[in-house]
Amino acid sequence: MKSSDYKSLGIGALLLLVAVLLPWVVGDFTLTLAVNMAMFTVLATSWALFSGPTHYISLATAAFFGLGTYTMGLGLDHLPYWLLIPIAGLFGALIAAIIGLATLRLSGVYFVIFTLGLAEMTRQIITFVQNATGQKGILISIWFEEATFYWMLVALAGLIFLIGWLIGRSRLGFALRIIGDDEEVARHSGINTSLSKVLLFMIPGAVAAMTGAIMAPRYGYIEPLIAFTPMLSFQVVIMALLGGTGRLWGPLVGVIPFSILWELLSASFPNQTTLLLGLSFLAIVYLLPQGFVGLLLKLRSRFGDGRGH
Amino acid sequence: MSDARTVLSLRGVTKRFGGLVAVNELDFDVAEHEVLGLIGPNGSGKSTTLNLISGALSVSDGEILLNNHLISDLPAQKIARKGVARTFQLVRMLPSMTVLENVMAGAVFGHRRRWGREAERQAMRMLELVGLERRASARPSELTYIDTKRVELARVLVGDPKVLLLDEWLAGLNPTELEQGIALVKQLREEGRTIVLVEHVMDAIRSLCDRCVVMSSGQKIAQGPTAQVLADPEVIRAYLGEDDA
Repeated sequence: MKSSDYKSLGIGALLLLVAVLLPWVVGDFTLTLAVNMAMFTVLATSWALFSGPTHYISLATAAFFGLGTYTMGLGLDHLPYWLLIPIAGLFGALIAAIIGLATLRLSGVYFVIFTLGLAEMTRQIITFVQNATGQKGILISIWFEEATFYWMLVALAGLIFLIGWLIGRSRLGFALRIIGDDEEVARHSGINTSLSKVLLFMIPGAVAAMTGAIMAPRYGYIEPLIAFTPMLSFQVVIMALLGGTGRLWGPLVGVIPFSILWELLSASFPNQTTLLLGLSFLAIVYLLPQGFVGLLLKLRSRFGDGRGH
Repeated sequence: MSDARTVLSLRGVTKRFGGLVAVNELDFDVAEHEVLGLIGPNGSGKSTTLNLISGALSVSDGEILLNNHLISDLPAQKIARKGVARTFQLVRMLPSMTVLENVMAGAVFGHRRRWGREAERQAMRMLELVGLERRASARPSELTYIDTKRVELARVLVGDPKVLLLDEWLAGLNPTELEQGIALVKQLREEGRTIVLVEHVMDAIRSLCDRCVVMSSGQKIAQGPTAQVLADPEVIRAYLGEDDA
């Protein structure tokens, strides 16, 4: 490892420590906001691990998240909460592998539509099954303090940053950067492009499912519209793009301001949130195509602080 | 030919696109340390042949063997790993990466796989070979056209391939660059590399190729030592366009 590696590991550990200490110093409102931030940090960072290098925009986050909440909801009668989180992760990874094998050979546009359709389809199927069986939703009987959710999500975030950091230094990470630049070159350089993409797609799949499982008790009662809300998929994409997917910490830079802004907007304009979401998406793509990370690197190179590595 | 070992063989290779037969029953061998020119008029099927060998396209019929092992049923990445490396007709760089990383792509995943410092060292050695060691940290967008071609060459060489496929590697160069380009390929030839060269530049063909296979309308119309093939009346006719619709 190089000295810069130790430095980034050190900074990461320090930030994690600060994040862990947060519940002891902030009030209830801020803690609730922090839970959302931690959740979106987890989702957006794992999303960017795959979509950043490959440029495949996945709108499947809600599908995996919902899968996780339902794994928890249905499993709690038989298994303990702690065991169900990794099980949800395994389900997520498995479903992601199946979807990946079926769709990642296709070009990006088909993939986007497929992933969006997948979330909707899953929601409709569960709604249909529930209507057929006369059941409306699932009541979750366990309950945790807000800080407990927060710590679980922070731990998951720490794990994702570590995985992302390791991938960035691995052959797989290098392969994905090549695939993102030119898939043809990648194939002719000896890279199994399909396998690399499927492997990486399993990460956001597993993570979103685990997040859904962790969060299920927070909802208390889960039904398809909560568990599979398409809004979640779009929020994750927007936050990741706002921050920038070129660096591991990029999405985090998007999650923090967006979560605060979102909280303010949805409190002030509860009926126009979807409209505002759409507008902010357009604004980000138009004004900040490389996100805050891109802006930062551009400023850095303009003001002569090296090449911005 | 007889004393040299055959590295690459094409046996009755055919490629059909619907009703169009782009390559028809093509046979030829490439011997170790040989530079074989695959030449012919535009649309004669040369690049398609290269795409078939490298696995970018799959053969409709026939077989391609590398050291007597069938490779024509393998995907492109496996063919690359077995030691067939190629450049592209339109040079393809990895724009977000440095020149060094562009070359490392071949070192990390190619025929001879290396990782970390060893890959970096090998990539640097290849950059020295093509004369670009000073541009290692540049981005491809900052390079001249011939330099991007050099980077691409370094990327395929670094994996130490058994066969090198150069698809019009010298096309689009100005006269000075062309001279440098020919010199570079000559150097590879002297190192004993096995090369299949799809080329239009006659000077390059004459000075670089040991033998040529001439294609016209998807078929082989001649093969043999370069000077002899280029003097063949049928080859001249094909180039003048009478036979090539």
